[in-house]
Amino acid sequence: MDALDGNAIAGLLRDVFGTEMTAASGTCAVCGATRPVAETRVYVQAPGTVVRCRSCSSLLMVITEVRGVKCVDLRGLAVLDSTPAG
Amino acid sequence: MAGTAVRGRLTWQTATVSSLTRETPSVCTIALDVPHWGGHQAGQHLDVRLTADDGYQAEREYSIAAAPGEPVAITVERLDDGEVSPYLTDDLRTGDELEIRGPVGGYFVWEAGPHDRPLLLVAGGSGIVPLRAILRHRQRTGATVPTRLLYSARSLADVIYREELGQYHDGVQVSYTLTRSQPPGWTGHTGRVDAALLAEVAWPASQDPVAYVCGPTNFVEAAAAGLIGLSYPDQRVKTERFGGTGGP
Repeated sequence: MDALDGNAIAGLLRDVFGTEMTAASGTCAVCGATRPVAETRVYVQAPGTVVRCRSCSSLLMVITEVRGVKCVDLRGLAVLDSTPAG
Repeated sequence: MAGTAVRGRLTWQTATVSSLTRETPSVCTIALDVPHWGGHQAGQHLDVRLTADDGYQAEREYSIAAAPGEPVAITVERLDDGEVSPYLTDDLRTGDELEIRGPVGGYFVWEAGPHDRPLLLVAGGSGIVPLRAILRHRQRTGATVPTRLLYSARSLADVIYREELGQYHDGVQVSYTLTRSQPPGWTGHTGRVDAALLAEVAWPASQDPVAYVCGPTNFVEAAAAGLIGLSYPDQRVKTERFGGTGGP
């Protein structure tokens, strides 16, 4: 299964964060790379949605839904800044 | 039951299919009558949700094929093993209702501006859809930004919007590469999009262009790497990958 990218979960992220997030910049807690969320590697076929760093493949976000409640794990992100990166 | 939209939140709403256009044997454009649409940008998506009789739901994101200000439309390619696309391309009829929400996305979007950089659009297969919205937006706003489109398809019959793309003249150059089969006398390109083809077709990096690349994951990886190799800065290569098997 090919990875998609953050564009593919624009609606899901909008649901979770209440605002547009694909142009937001995320900083990987492992390698420090800062990129637009749109450029992350996204796996939607996993149980839940898995978002990985394009530079080092570390886990950035995991979003699962359990009985209608979305569970969001952002431990892989050092920074998530919803101000669009220049 | 759409209710009142909470600020910032997306609300599902019922859209009505106003027309269907067969683009290729496996690709269909679905024009939608959407009662509450706040407008969109060229390159944004919308989400479609189908609900089966047993309550099972499947959601997919589709690029909006229409320019801002035009009636909402999506162009969908049938994936033979897909849960959603075969219904949309083969079973849907004018007057049917679809649950949608949107627009979503704010990264892979293009706005006409006073100091536009030359625009390079690189499409693989149905990756042409958001780029078509950008081209139409450019046209409708009277923008003059010099634009090149490189569109990779398997064969001429797989080219979506062929007639429309053939009508662009002023400032838009359209190049095709047909990767699997070419009609007799074909004078366009034939290989996959790679560094050599991009070197021929893309704006030189010295002209400070911005590139939008959309297609299947492998296509996008190859094209983006090719552009970076031509000294396009990372942040001037906007990419969008989709999971379709259709391929360029």
